[in-house]
Amino acid sequence: MAEIIEGGGGHEKGGKKRPKKSPVRMDMTPMVDLAFLLLTFFILATSLSKPKTLEIVYPKEVDNTEDQTKLDDDLATTIVIGETDDQIFYYHGKFRKDTTKLEPSDFSKDGLRVMLLERNKRVVEQVNSLKDQQREELKKSNSREDDEKINARFKDLIADASNDSLAPFVIVKTMPTTKWKNVVNAIDELNITNVKKRAIMDMEAREALLFLSPEKVAELKLK
Amino acid sequence: MSKIKMPKSAPSLDMTPMVDLGFLLVTFFILTAKFRPNEPVIVDVPAATSELLLPEKVMQITVDDKGRVFFDLAGKDIRREMLNRMVQRHPELKLTEDEARKFALLGMCGMPMNNLSQYLSADEKTRAALDAQTPGIPTDSINGELGDWIQSGYEAFMADAEKHGLEPKDIKGDKALRYAIKADGTTDYEKVEQVIDVFRDKNIFQFNMVTTLESGSK
Repeated sequence: MAEIIEGGGGHEKGGKKRPKKSPVRMDMTPMVDLAFLLLTFFILATSLSKPKTLEIVYPKEVDNTEDQTKLDDDLATTIVIGETDDQIFYYHGKFRKDTTKLEPSDFSKDGLRVMLLERNKRVVEQVNSLKDQQREELKKSNSREDDEKINARFKDLIADASNDSLAPFVIVKTMPTTKWKNVVNAIDELNITNVKKRAIMDMEAREALLFLSPEKVAELKLK
Repeated sequence: MSKIKMPKSAPSLDMTPMVDLGFLLVTFFILTAKFRPNEPVIVDVPAATSELLLPEKVMQITVDDKGRVFFDLAGKDIRREMLNRMVQRHPELKLTEDEARKFALLGMCGMPMNNLSQYLSADEKTRAALDAQTPGIPTDSINGELGDWIQSGYEAFMADAEKHGLEPKDIKGDKALRYAIKADGTTDYEKVEQVIDVFRDKNIFQFNMVTTLESGSK
């Protein structure tokens, strides 16, 4: 065990002969035990992963029908999320009763992401080149104030590029029984692919009919 | 023949560095530990790639997998003030001083108005049982309790900020109250939407959805 060594000096000449002192020993075992007990407790009690968040801005009440007519058909993509994990679909443009077909998809790396990246190619390229420029300029700047100025300027530029009038618009359609994690997944995909123009809306019955039985659709009371 | 002399004392090992390190770690963990408040429900939040941290000043609405709604706003003084405002809005809510004090110390709560008094006067065990049975805070427009909690919480937060010397115009950015929705991954979207609709009635449109960081690529 650890020991405490008392006294620094040796035996000087001419002094009285003292009995030789043995070092004072202290048993530290209980203290060490306690320390490690506490250590174990705190390690286990501390939550390491801080919760992360996804920011979502919902629009103010909008009139759905009016809003949809304003959209350019070519730019709109609708993601339809059903009840189970395999009911993830999308279609482009406006809903047309006879011709619209739902393309099955999923939230994997080669699912919706590929489609969205392709749709949003121009914006993604612009944003990437802006980010490269930003990195270049940050390398050149020396002061923190300059850094902040550059960051603020590029933030605006990137926002402008993402909200470009020709950027695609994605509508996420949900049913009452759609699972929350799939909604979050869809929004996450939109963030990854830099789609800033988006909306979450209730699914229409005619859309649900494409992958569900009429009885089921009636039961869900979709419009 | 000469004998080999064996050392008499037990071999000693100097443990000082290890003990030093042990205490250093203990001190670190004690100082950085933030205790997780007792949560009445366990919610398995969905994973996403977002790395944004949950803001400090946040009003959190939890929706569990059955769609029950729980309300949480941190801060003892804020909670006390919020409860005062809540009592003004709901005169039928009769609470003793003791119960009000208890409420200020509690965390997340999912009790409808008429059960709140009973919940607060109960001991810990009964409270856990009540938590398991509670239908959650009503979100419908008839009772509108969630809306009142949100309104009261917001007012209490603003009052508290002003008490700390902040002008109303300064309460923005990091200092402003944010709204987090923590819903279980398997919750029906309908239930989450109800909560969002209550917020939208109050002209609040920006939310932080609580997620965990996705590990690796899917």
